[in-house]
Parts: sequence; structure tokens; C-alpha cells
Amino acid sequence: MIETLFFDALRSAIGPTAASYALLAVGLNLHFGYTGLLNFGQVGYMLVGAYGLSITVAVFGGPLWLGLIVGMLAAVVLSIILGAPTLRLRADYLAITTIAASEILRFLVRNTGSDDLTGSVFGLRQFAGEFYDWSPFAPGEYLGPLGFNANRMWVTLVGWGLVAALSAMVWTLMRSPWGRVLRSIREDEDAARSLGKNVFLYKMQSLIIGGVIGAIGGMVFVLALQNVTPDMFLPQVTFFAFAIMILGGTSTVLGPTAGAVLFWFLLTGLQSGIRGVVDAGVIPGITGGQVVGAVSLIAVGLLLMLLMVFRPQGILGDREELRLDVS
Amino acid sequence: MSPDATVPAGLAGVAHEPGVAKPDPILVVDGLRRAFGGVRAVDVDHLEIPRGLITGLIGPNGAGKTTLFNLLTGFDRPDEGEWTFDGRSAAGVPAYRVARDGMVRTFQLTKALSRMTVLENLMLGASQQRGEHILRALLPWGWRTQEAEVRDRAEGLLARFKLDHMRDQFAGTLSGGQRKLLEMARALMVEPSLVMLDEPMAGVNPALTQSLLGHVKDLRDVEGRSVVFVEHDMDVVFDISDWVVCLAEGRVIAEGPPASIGANPAVIDAYLGATHDHSALREERRRRQAARGDA
Repeated sequence: MIETLFFDALRSAIGPTAASYALLAVGLNLHFGYTGLLNFGQVGYMLVGAYGLSITVAVFGGPLWLGLIVGMLAAVVLSIILGAPTLRLRADYLAITTIAASEILRFLVRNTGSDDLTGSVFGLRQFAGEFYDWSPFAPGEYLGPLGFNANRMWVTLVGWGLVAALSAMVWTLMRSPWGRVLRSIREDEDAARSLGKNVFLYKMQSLIIGGVIGAIGGMVFVLALQNVTPDMFLPQVTFFAFAIMILGGTSTVLGPTAGAVLFWFLLTGLQSGIRGVVDAGVIPGITGGQVVGAVSLIAVGLLLMLLMVFRPQGILGDREELRLDVS
Repeated sequence: MSPDATVPAGLAGVAHEPGVAKPDPILVVDGLRRAFGGVRAVDVDHLEIPRGLITGLIGPNGAGKTTLFNLLTGFDRPDEGEWTFDGRSAAGVPAYRVARDGMVRTFQLTKALSRMTVLENLMLGASQQRGEHILRALLPWGWRTQEAEVRDRAEGLLARFKLDHMRDQFAGTLSGGQRKLLEMARALMVEPSLVMLDEPMAGVNPALTQSLLGHVKDLRDVEGRSVVFVEHDMDVVFDISDWVVCLAEGRVIAEGPPASIGANPAVIDAYLGATHDHSALREERRRRQAARGDA
């Protein structure tokens, strides 16, 4: 039973979903960790990426590369729409705007009026064929006890490859003078302004880049599932991404990756463990699958609270840096 | 330098009256007004700041000194008014452009960038950095040489301001006085022609005050920059200013060399009368207010 639990957890921790969440958190980290932008609607970027891709391919029959470009451009457009009115204002305005926008987007694609384009509640499928045609993996079982099939191997490889490449990009950017300006805006945007930095422009660039990374996360997510439905993009996804970022260590380059792996390991491991316990009928009064999901989320929440108490800087964070945050 | 030293050459023959014209002003303000609700925070008809000299800006709390700073540096928008900096109109110019044009300010409450090192704080200040462009930032070989130059300049300034032993510490760990030094050094990285210091000595211990005063004088004497500074400590103002402007209730009520300001009745009334707990002055003020009330 422990063995099953461990392999369940590991399968999820290194799988494509964890990679998509790592991408969401990489983008969020650029926004929040490095620039101080409070984006509570990262799932909105995930949504426009996913739908940009799937509508282009499944509805209009476009090629995959065009779908990828459309998905990323959609994130750029969303950044400009969200950022133009709010980035000159205090941080909380962006937070309110982004969380509202992400829900508006979900209701838009869910609406029966947009049935022809988005398939409303039923969503879209058959947009991932070309992606899997490129797979170098022959059909079969991979990774021993984890039992990944060829398609899952391919999307996992691509997902984590993107995490690595984009983390490397963030690393390069943050060591440059551009990254220095971003961090100065996080610390005190008036100080940055007083030194001749065009704060609005940098915030917009940060919002766009982090948003595009989030959109890429959304594309990986739906390519792995080979379908897309509106209710994949609930607001809680954003908060999972926040949890992952904080768990790994805010404003660290590898924090989002470490956080995503650990988060999915814990969540799935707990789910698997609790399901085992419930199935065994050990706990009186608790039966059924619905409870498992809820209880494991509660348990993950508790673990996150404990983490914040005993290691507030996250796995890879710098305690000294965090201490200065309050002053 | 005794406080009643002669007026600097550049201001010889300039009358000691509010709004007086000066031979070579770097900053000229006209009809600048800013109200907060019903309060006229700034209401300046005409003001000229001389080039290459240290101008002290004084006035009681709430006189509008910081608001004037905010307006001139683009951090706040006036209700009306015009001003030119170095001969170019500077009204409506965003704060970051004002700084690039050479008018750089510091803040009354210091804005150290806490979670960045002291060295990074300074390096941020340098203008025209190639690596600050998003696309060039991705190609380090395009900005490495310049980055090394910026670092050298920053280290030079850190040594001058005696902060070099702190260079790799987070700025958030500095003391209040060290933050004032850091902010002044960081402003100099921009290579400004006019430095606007908002209470550079506030909350700084006496020993450090002396060194800060030395640095402010150096801005003028060694580097030939113009300085405007807000200060409450009259000894400091009289010690380093070439010219003093006194604000009260948003208006310029007096101007002149330090020696003339101390004796100016308008200043004593508005400024010294308001802050010094001097019973005779208070009594006098009360009598006058009562008289005004009767009329």
C-alpha cells in the first residue's frame, strides 16, 4: 500500500500537470516574486493559451504552430488590456482586475452563445494530434512502475523541457540590468522612478512575459489531456500556483519547479493514502470518492500552513531576504 | 565659513525679496498651484533657483515644501502652473523623464531598496544602461562591458560615502543615517545637474550630519551641481546654503542669503514663531491673531 501511494505520488509529481503548474508559477514568480505585481488571475492566462491553441487547431483547422502563436499572442493582448488601466495604480487594483478578468473569460468560453467557437461546457478536443505525431517515443510502457505511455512521455518531456528553458530565460533576465530594474520596482517603484526608470513600461513587460509563460503552461496542460473544458480554469488554479511558488521559494529561479513537484507529490500522495484508508473502512462515517478530494486538500492546506510557520521563505528561499520584507 | 559670509558672486546685487529674478537660474517656476481639498498646499507666483549653488528651502511643517518637490519632479500634478528646467519646459513631464533630464530627488522618508544589496542600489541609478532593454538583457555580452563600468563608478561612490564595507549587504540592514548616505550616492549615479534633497539630515546623528554636510558641499564645490534642499535644522541651513527660500502656507514669503533670512520679520513670524516654543513670541502672535479677529 505504501508502495502504491509512493508511485501514485511520484507519477503525478513528474507528470505533465505538475509541469504545467510549474510554468504557471514561473510566470507568476516573474509577476509577484520579482516585480511585485499581484496577479490573482494567472489562470486567465492559462485559459487564453489553452483556448487560443485549441480553437485555432480544432475549430479552424489551423496547424499546431499557428495555434501556439495564437495562444501566446492572446496572452500578450490580455496583458495589455489588463495592464494599461491598472499598472499606473496601486498593486491591489491589478489584483482585483485580474481575478475578475479570469472569471469573465471562463464564463465567456462557457456561455452557450460561444458554442460554435469554444464548445461551451463541453469544450473542445482533437487539437493535439499533430503534437503527438511529433513524438519520438514508440508505443509502449515507460518508466517501469510509473507506467507512462508513449504520449505521456512525450508531453512530459516537452513540458519539463519548457520549464527548464523558461527558467533559464528568467535566470538570465534577472541577472541583467533589466532584472535589477524589475526588483527595484518590487521594492519601491517611486525610488525606481526617481532614478529615471519608466516603471510602467517595465511592469507591462513583466506582465506580458509572465502571462505568456502562463499561457504556455495552459497549452501544455490541455495538450496532455487532449481536451479542454471551461471548468479546468477555476480561480483555485491561480491559488494553487501561488501555493506552489511560495512552497518552492518566492523570487528564486528554481522555486516554482521545486514547489510544483512537491505540491503534486503531496496532493496525490495524500489523495492516494486517504483513498486507501477510506476504502479500508478504517474511519467510520467517511465513504465515497468525493470526500477523498476534499480531505486531501484540507491536509495539503495544513501542510502549507506548517511550512509557512517553520520555513516561511519556502524550500529554496532566503530567510534574510524575507525578514527585510516586513521592515 | 561664518554664516554671514558675503553673498556668492553669482547672486551679488540680487534683491532679498520673494520671487526675485537671478542671473543664471537652472529652475524657473511660474504660477504654480496645487490644492488638496480646500487647502492651498503650493501657491508660488514666481521662483528662480540659482545654478551651481546650494539653495535651502525652509518653512514650518505643512508649508508645502515636499509638495513643491513632488510637483517639480513629476511625482504630483499641479492644478496650474509652468516651470522650466535648464531652459526647457518641465511641466507635465513624467517623473522618470525629469530624472533623466538631470533633476534627481531624494525622499524625506528614505527609499532604500531593502532586498537589494547596497551595490545594486547604486548600480540601478546609472542612466542609459544597455542591459535595461528587455531584448538586449537576454544577451549578456552586449552589456557586460558597460555593467563593469557602472560597477566601478558605483564602487567609487560607495568609497566616497564610506559605505564600501557594506556593499554586499541588503540595503534593508542599513541604519537610518546610512540610508540617507545611500540615497544621496544613488542619486549621484544618475549624474544630475540639479539635486533635490528632501530633509537629508532628518534623523541622522550629529557625527554623520557633519559628513552629510560635507557631501552636500562637495556636490557644489567639487562637481559643480546645483542643490535644493529642505531642512528644519537652522544651523545646517545657515551653514551650507548660498541662498534661502522660505515657504509658508504654500507661498514664498522671503528669499535671501542666510544672514538676511534670520533677521527677516516675515520668517520669524511664520517660521520661528510657529515652531520655537518661545512664550514672548507666542504671546505676540496671539495678540496679533486676536487683533485680526477683531478687524
